[in-house]
Amino acid sequence: MSDPVGPAPTPEAPGGQAPVTVAGRLSGYLRGGGVITPLLTALLAFLVGGLVVLLTGKDPIATYKAIFDGTGLNWFFPWISEDDRIIAGLNLQQTLILTTPLMLTGLAVAFAFRCGLFNIGGQGQYLVGAYMAVWVGSSFASMPAVAHILLCMFAACAAGALWGAIAGLLKATTGANEVITTIMLNWIAIWTGAWLFGLGGPLQNDTQASVPVSNDVVAGAKLPVFWGDPELQGLHIGLFVALAMLVVFWVLLNRTVTGYEVRAVGFNPEASRAAGISVGRNYMLVMAVCGLFAGLAASLDVLGWQFRVATNDIPINNIGFLGIAVALLGRNTAIGTMFSALLFGGLLTGTSVRNLDPEVFAPELATALTYIIQGLIVLLVSADILVVYLWRLRRRISPGRRPPPGEPVEA
Amino acid sequence: MPGAPVALELRGITKRFGSLVANQAIDFELKRGEIHALLGENGAGKSTLMNVLYGLHQPDEGEILLDGEPVRIDSARKAIGLGIGMVHQHFMLVPVMTVAENLVLGSEPHQGPLLDYKTAARRTRELSERFGLAVDPDALVEDLGVGAQQRVEILRALFRGAKVLVLDEPTAVLTAQEAQDLFDVLRALKADGTSVVFISHKLNEVLDVSDRVTVLRRGEKVDTVQTEGSTERSLARLMVGRDVLLRVDKPTHDPGDVMLEVHDLEVADDRGLPAVRGVSFDVRAREIVGVAGVDANGQSELIEAITGLRRPESGSIRVDGHDLTGAGPRAIQDAGVGHIAEDRHRRGLVLEFNLAENLSLRSYRGRALSRLGFLSPKRMADRARGLLRDYDVRGGEGETRAASLSGGNQQKVVIARELSADPKVLIAAQPTRGLDVGAIEFVHRRLVEERDEGRAILLVSLELEEIRSLSDRVLVIYEGAIVAELPPSASEEDFGVAMTGGGRAEVPA
Repeated sequence: MSDPVGPAPTPEAPGGQAPVTVAGRLSGYLRGGGVITPLLTALLAFLVGGLVVLLTGKDPIATYKAIFDGTGLNWFFPWISEDDRIIAGLNLQQTLILTTPLMLTGLAVAFAFRCGLFNIGGQGQYLVGAYMAVWVGSSFASMPAVAHILLCMFAACAAGALWGAIAGLLKATTGANEVITTIMLNWIAIWTGAWLFGLGGPLQNDTQASVPVSNDVVAGAKLPVFWGDPELQGLHIGLFVALAMLVVFWVLLNRTVTGYEVRAVGFNPEASRAAGISVGRNYMLVMAVCGLFAGLAASLDVLGWQFRVATNDIPINNIGFLGIAVALLGRNTAIGTMFSALLFGGLLTGTSVRNLDPEVFAPELATALTYIIQGLIVLLVSADILVVYLWRLRRRISPGRRPPPGEPVEA
Repeated sequence: MPGAPVALELRGITKRFGSLVANQAIDFELKRGEIHALLGENGAGKSTLMNVLYGLHQPDEGEILLDGEPVRIDSARKAIGLGIGMVHQHFMLVPVMTVAENLVLGSEPHQGPLLDYKTAARRTRELSERFGLAVDPDALVEDLGVGAQQRVEILRALFRGAKVLVLDEPTAVLTAQEAQDLFDVLRALKADGTSVVFISHKLNEVLDVSDRVTVLRRGEKVDTVQTEGSTERSLARLMVGRDVLLRVDKPTHDPGDVMLEVHDLEVADDRGLPAVRGVSFDVRAREIVGVAGVDANGQSELIEAITGLRRPESGSIRVDGHDLTGAGPRAIQDAGVGHIAEDRHRRGLVLEFNLAENLSLRSYRGRALSRLGFLSPKRMADRARGLLRDYDVRGGEGETRAASLSGGNQQKVVIARELSADPKVLIAAQPTRGLDVGAIEFVHRRLVEERDEGRAILLVSLELEEIRSLSDRVLVIYEGAIVAELPPSASEEDFGVAMTGGGRAEVPA
């Protein structure tokens, strides 16, 4: 395309306008509303969700209470009965099992955002991590347990990092937009999995030729369960790995040379380039780290409670996608990601068929309610950010168009 | 022309922005079928005046008469309705639509709810043939070159019935040939009875195409003269004026070794067209070399090439004897080049970063601020405290976000950062752009001090007075080439002529 045109920018103030970046905008939100804004966002989403419940003729308050009880978060209340506490404990374990990978896929999106990138590819990065974890975890049965687990995690992280780095590399070298490439990489990951573990696929299980699933992870590679019954999907130690990664994320971003560069590029790539920072190298590195977080999430799921990959589950898994909502609501901070992962983990568990009392609200409808609330949250949080993002995208698609140094406003 | 009726008259237009008077009682007259150039330096008030005419600003005083009738123009829509068309420097076209679609946008011929594309295309063709504006109605705007896009803009104004056409620096984005084509179009419009206001600060173009010239300086009208009988020299005198220089107290200098050596440099702009053409010069230690020129004559590309932000097509750049042609920004910085960026918001600062972080942009990897890849926020803060004090940055501490400082203090932060790296060569691009008088004085004094410390300074500025008062030698750049080297004491006229390409025949390039 030749020199494109667009609406004329408003005349620049002397010295030019501050460049608007996603990271810059987000930082503005943080300063503006602090923790209030995301809380309001979530509250608003729940209110609208309540209206939907009302439309179905059910009681929204009773429904929300049932969902809350379904999350197991009432376990923390001292006044509930012993019987309730046992059930609450079981529910809470499930909530935290889901919170664990959500924290990590949330970080996978948040880290990219901090560098001014939009990583839609958490899902693909998660999936390749899962494939790698299940493959390594179901092989090498004779390895010592700790070494085997670490090897599985490492392999999953490496696979995810590689998947992310592809998008980073494409952006750094050709300028290909990461939104597009990561979406495409998601589909490549999905169909690769369908082939790997499908009927006759190279990694399909060895015992049941008619079932399109992987081999099971061997006992030695399973993550230890520290709360609840390992046979009944108790809570595995992956939770602590995820929590540790929140700390790693914070330190990496705020206390290292790398994080300094990442944030600089996220706020103002042009000034970063002028300061000698290699913007392309940072794009690649950041996408690799994002993939690493997502791949790690997958390994915790596979080694912690899933133990196998089923072909039919691959296209419906959405832990990676949910990471986008988690990061947006969590404002791309470590602590925010933790709480919003808990919120989404709780929602998923609380509205699941198993945990919600059908008398109060039909669970199959409740799942739809989850989607509504999720969707509203994403919409409310991101509407403005996405607009800013697309605005920048439009400018970047225009090759070589620079805001002219221009004369300062004739005044 | 002399006998032609007056199409438009502005009487005593005054426009203030706060305490700033952008236009002071300006009279302006445009005859039917006249090309009237509006000439002046950056900030002289040309655009403000035309924005008043186009309804984008309301004048504080004065009136506008169209065909002798006073009119009130309170919006661009109103202006269009009155037959006033404006072509901005930045085009306002929809790139994914065809020429014909863009033309009829807002007043689409239709059959029922559907666009009558055939009629639109036909009317486009008719208009373009009538004025010799060659464009293909069916071409997508995004596939057109800049010159053709500009023709579409002009066509659109004519399509809406413009009798008065205002062109805001139309040649700034054009190549020389495209500019000539544009002038042919303007002459055709004139023959057809359309009146044209042509805003420019290039003297040769003004002499080439206009009938009369009105010169503005600092918001006031200096004079309106007939183009016939005017020369580049006479127009330059009107435009630049004879104001007293803001003299900087500057001891005589004694230049040392060559620190920056640019040889036969060729740099292309974003469109791939030559922007810097065969530029060669040296800057010595203890010397300020100024680059004077009208905006967009290759200054930005020259700076970008020297600082490693744009790869030169050919030629060489040497710093203190080391060849750095084509090296990246970091290698060039490490070789001892500091850069006060032209646009501090876009390139000089990370506005969302706090001051300590901004001050560390060139040194965060060094042992003073980080160990084994881990930053020391404490050391960054300590260092920031010292620099903010030394450079008298007010209104913020280390933790203050850069965006919340005033322009002058932001610029001090940039200067503090660049000078703290102890560069041998300092590239100062528009170092006082947008600053108030106090900050300007600080920057000027500092630059002279740094020169005396032994740094080699290349000063690129659009402010001729700044260049003249600070520089030891001045290079004049025009259309990407150094067309003259003048002592700062040379007359304003000499500068004016050289900066607008007039001196080319006399001064060997």
